[in-house]
Amino acid sequence: MSIRSKISAISYYLPEGRLTNDDLFREFSKYPPEEIFKRVGVKERPIRGANQIGSDLAYESSLVLFKEHNVNPSEIDFLLFCTEGLDYKGPATACIMQDRLGLGKYIGAMDVPMGCAGFTNGLSVAKALIESGQAKKVLLQTADIPSSVIHPNDLELRMLFGDAGASVLISKCDSEDSDAGQIGNFAFGTDGSGAENLMVKRSNTRTPVDTDWLEEHKDVGGMLYGRMEMDGLEIFSFSMREVPSLVREILSRNNLELEDIDLFVFHQANAFILKMLARKLRIDQSKVFNCMEYIGNTVSASVPIALKEAEKQGKIKPGSTVLTAAFGIGYSWSGTVLKY
Amino acid sequence: MVIEDFIGKLEEEFDDVAAGSIKPDTDFRNIEDWGSMHALIVIALIDTEYDITLSGADLRSVNTIQELFDLVKSK
Repeated sequence: MSIRSKISAISYYLPEGRLTNDDLFREFSKYPPEEIFKRVGVKERPIRGANQIGSDLAYESSLVLFKEHNVNPSEIDFLLFCTEGLDYKGPATACIMQDRLGLGKYIGAMDVPMGCAGFTNGLSVAKALIESGQAKKVLLQTADIPSSVIHPNDLELRMLFGDAGASVLISKCDSEDSDAGQIGNFAFGTDGSGAENLMVKRSNTRTPVDTDWLEEHKDVGGMLYGRMEMDGLEIFSFSMREVPSLVREILSRNNLELEDIDLFVFHQANAFILKMLARKLRIDQSKVFNCMEYIGNTVSASVPIALKEAEKQGKIKPGSTVLTAAFGIGYSWSGTVLKY
Repeated sequence: MVIEDFIGKLEEEFDDVAAGSIKPDTDFRNIEDWGSMHALIVIALIDTEYDITLSGADLRSVNTIQELFDLVKSK
């Protein structure tokens, strides 16, 4: 019988800082707090501490995972670390993380530097490693700190994004597991022609920060990690164009129909996109999970947080069939079906 | 597909716009309180009603409701 894989545990960590709609109203006096909520579906967002970066949030989330789910770190035989804010250009942050978490020396560890679609892309790699017999327990960390690359004047971005880290343990299914927790077949999409529409400018080798940049951003600390720029209209159009086709492709690759899905857990991009995807797919809004109110869009951490929250709220139960899909920066998009 | 229906649907989607206030020659950026959210609503409406996904560049290439309607019809 072929090897199958499942998600066996999810935990997440939110940094302590919070940015509320009241804070944004005080600072910009453009939209009243309730108007911000109406526009993006977010009331407050977790914000990193001054010295916290993505790997710190990932590390904390793994400590929570080990404790909450009684996971023995020595059983992990592969580490995937997903973020858009790696510690260094070299070495890989996954190598540093192996040591920091005290994982075994004879394991694989790799970075997956993807954004919004990072969780589903990473999950596909974890599934491939397990189902090809090369690993038994994969730790997939997804963590991002979008607040570090948002200019303080960019209200539209600050309304949306939060910082968070998540840890997901993917394991080999036991023979008695039947379909429980089975990770289904994936569908993928990539369109680099949309890269410019969501990009962290001046963030790496092609266009590094220079003295002119530092001078221009002197009043806000230099924007040392780069500056996120988003064409919201193009990103929305991309989501409406590609996500419904992605959903149909995922269903087809798993021999399922739309009606077979109990809950859709999409990347928590913004509440308006989630609502419009439901409308376009002609599914009830209640079937599209939304937990953005107190978390916002946490980039690669958004889907695992949403899966965990949906389970906590009883919207995912044993026996549930969940379609999960993530999409965004790249453009990159992917998704699969999870059987609980 | 006639422009009157199209306008009626737009007016329904915009909470803050009175029925009958949008005309074919209205420059939609001059609609009261027009903002980025309205542009998203226009793309969403056209997508869910007519199954045509306009790009941001498409929407930026037109000014009046008539031009927008013609663009949708041409797709």
